[in-house]
Amino acid sequence: MLGYLIRRVIHALLVIAAVATLVFFMLRAVPGDPLRAMLFEIGDAEAVEALRTKLGLDQPMYVQYVIWFGHVLQGDLGNSIYGSRVSVSRIITEAFPRTISLAGFAFIIALLLAVPAGIVSAIRKHSIFDHVFTFIAFLGLSMPDFWVAIILIIIFAVNLHWLPAIGYADISKGFWPWFSHLILPAIAIGTAFSAILARMIRSALLEVMKSDFIRTARAKGLDENLVIFKHALRNAAIPVITVLGIAIALLMSGAVIVENVFSIKGLGRTLIQGILNRDYPVVQGAILVVSVIFVFANLLVDVFYTLVDPRIRYEE
Amino acid sequence: MAQITTELKTPTLAKASRLRWLGYLWRDKKAVIGLFVLSLFVLSAIFAPWIAPYDPNAMDFQMLLAPSMDHPLGVDDLGRDLLSRIIHGARVSIFVGLSTVGIALVIGVFLGILAGYFGGWIDTIIMRYIDLVWAFPNFIIAVYLVAVFGTGLENVIIAIALAYLDDFARIARGMVLSIREQDFVASAKSMGASSLRIMRVHLFPNALAPIIVTATVSIANAILAEAGLSFLGLGVKPTTPTWGLILSDARSFFTRAWWLAVFPGMAIMLTVLSINFLGDALRDIFDVREYQD
Repeated sequence: MLGYLIRRVIHALLVIAAVATLVFFMLRAVPGDPLRAMLFEIGDAEAVEALRTKLGLDQPMYVQYVIWFGHVLQGDLGNSIYGSRVSVSRIITEAFPRTISLAGFAFIIALLLAVPAGIVSAIRKHSIFDHVFTFIAFLGLSMPDFWVAIILIIIFAVNLHWLPAIGYADISKGFWPWFSHLILPAIAIGTAFSAILARMIRSALLEVMKSDFIRTARAKGLDENLVIFKHALRNAAIPVITVLGIAIALLMSGAVIVENVFSIKGLGRTLIQGILNRDYPVVQGAILVVSVIFVFANLLVDVFYTLVDPRIRYEE
Repeated sequence: MAQITTELKTPTLAKASRLRWLGYLWRDKKAVIGLFVLSLFVLSAIFAPWIAPYDPNAMDFQMLLAPSMDHPLGVDDLGRDLLSRIIHGARVSIFVGLSTVGIALVIGVFLGILAGYFGGWIDTIIMRYIDLVWAFPNFIIAVYLVAVFGTGLENVIIAIALAYLDDFARIARGMVLSIREQDFVASAKSMGASSLRIMRVHLFPNALAPIIVTATVSIANAILAEAGLSFLGLGVKPTTPTWGLILSDARSFFTRAWWLAVFPGMAIMLTVLSINFLGDALRDIFDVREYQD
């Protein structure tokens, strides 16, 4: 197990290094000079060159790369080259908890919706419940998350005045402000995942219900509830864990777009703002942090998976 | 006397069974509804200039009008007819959906078959790249690629295609690996068939069913991705009417004009929903299990 873990962590670090390298070089291929944009197209050639030297952008590409990579290893992601030029690490440290709260919240909402729906659909296969839940799941998969977000804002913020329409409140300001700002975006992000999860639980449960040990449990006269909740559900959980990887992907991409609808300055909004402002260091930093979260979250899912199901072998 | 035929029959979707699965499709209620709704959107995309009641970019001083007889879906903040914009938007969305998946499919399947058939270092190089794409949320890759390539229709299509080709490559490779060792491929090889011929005649047709299913679902995902990119301001040029852009343009007016928020989103949802219905029916018919790594 330890060997497996070490191998996986090394692999994860290699993936992140590869991503960092790709991001660095591809961004340099972006058409348009960010320095001109910084000086609002008005600075003369001399001013542009002075700034270029100051930011080290006059060095050859590989030198810039080595310097940059060295700094990243020390946790220094450079400074934003737009606006107030604050350090990227600071921007990201502020954005990080917002995105994590949002994604975590969305995950919990998705679980709360999907688990009961999936179980009912499987137990009452082909019933009216099953058909309704199936249809809702299809709808959930087909609605763009930003549109769900907009509709939620129109209903709950604009018309009913129950919840705030935009922004984020830190948990230090109290539970309710934090909670009320997160509910709508979390639902918008969680919808698609909840649909996938419900379908997955349904099919996993149906598969397990066909197996011999369930027939045995029933044959020995066990209560049907006990059969489902004690025997079937536990075993159905194993294939369901595989979709957790998909969950992380969906929640992260959801955050990128939904944060922009709700003006929450999380990683997603930071990334998009960085792209729109051609702010290289911010885009690099945001993509890098998103990849770190993503790669390690997937690693956790895999490790969890091997722990839950000892039949899965660690060897390649 | 028995004749020895030199032509090897590939166990694949033969013509007779092709007709049969059209029959299956017809019996699946979801598929029929999906096909019906989808063809409405496709037809309005094709005939947009003739169907749309107004010019999608014609402005008018009568702004933010609620739905009425003259403007069934209302009017936007610049006095443009929303129905006409949504009809023209179908063109872009469906075009982006089809062309991105076309590109992703061709490149992805080609890479996958190449990797699976030749193995060795070709496999290693191709699959390391695919793994990297696979390891990331496709939408975030698309966002990043648009940042690199710049906005505009062609760049958006290329970005989405490159971000979504991993599924095709993996399926094609997996199928090739599982089929490569089978007898009919070995016999084709022993008869001196070239690698290209084996790939084209024997390997590709066998990988077809899961690829068709993946392609269908990918069209839905590509339409969602385009809408998302346009909504973020990373999509097509601002004057092009697309569903994502209509929603993005209308952001400041949602409180006063609900129709600007509701109808473009419904157009996206209905299109994607009908494609998903179709994809689900195809999955049942071809008996393709969702591809899990």
